[in-house]
Amino acid sequence: MTILHTILGPRIVVAINGDLDLKTAKPLRDALDQLIDRYPDKNLLLDLAEVDFVDSSGIGVILGRYRKLAERHRTVSLAGVKPALRTVLDLAGIFSIIAIVDSPVRKEAEQ
Amino acid sequence: MTNRMILRFLSLAENVGLARVAVASLASQIRFSLQDVDEIKVAVSEAVSNAIIHGYLGKADGWVEVDCLLDNGGLTVTVEDWGVGIEDVELARQPAYSRDPERMGLGFVFMESFMHGLTVESIPGQGTRVEMRRQVTVSGELSRDAQ
Repeated sequence: MTILHTILGPRIVVAINGDLDLKTAKPLRDALDQLIDRYPDKNLLLDLAEVDFVDSSGIGVILGRYRKLAERHRTVSLAGVKPALRTVLDLAGIFSIIAIVDSPVRKEAEQ
Repeated sequence: MTNRMILRFLSLAENVGLARVAVASLASQIRFSLQDVDEIKVAVSEAVSNAIIHGYLGKADGWVEVDCLLDNGGLTVTVEDWGVGIEDVELARQPAYSRDPERMGLGFVFMESFMHGLTVESIPGQGTRVEMRRQVTVSGELSRDAQ
């Protein structure tokens, strides 16, 4: 897994590349928590366009960041969710609490 | 067609991906759709992750065995560990049950949702065995059987 972050206006945009499972959960959690602490006034946008697999370990990281940020009146949103991930995220109830948005980085790159 | 694969590996997080990719490759030998295979991968990932996290409490020196039997009708996957076992299997299968607040207790939810049958046997102090079956279904086949 590799992650690349960009600060875009009020958001920390984190592009993740790789599978989100037990192996990658801890490094991802640590990296996201560092960014959340480093930019205390910004929301988090996770770009999953290069993620082909997520299981409950990966969902735990996303929901954990959602809770952490919600306590601080900040938000998490997701972009680039592939069809293969939708069933799993839906079963976990992600779509009822986390917004799905277009990828701002990709849009800018296309322009 | 009948095929069988037995994988045995150490309880390392790195091996969760190894197990799901190997099982997916085997599953692709029969008429599963791409979505079926994606869902089987999630179920295998959950069962193996449970063995590592809960069976061996994160210790890397335990064995996990994944035994797959493929036939024309589907795939049976058995994931076994020889770790601490589960005191109360029914409680552990409850949707929100988890000893780790970030894991949300979703593991068994995914296994039950994505497979057509799940059996969990566990003896405290001896280990846990999870058996799950995914049937091949063509559109409408299950509903026809149900009538």
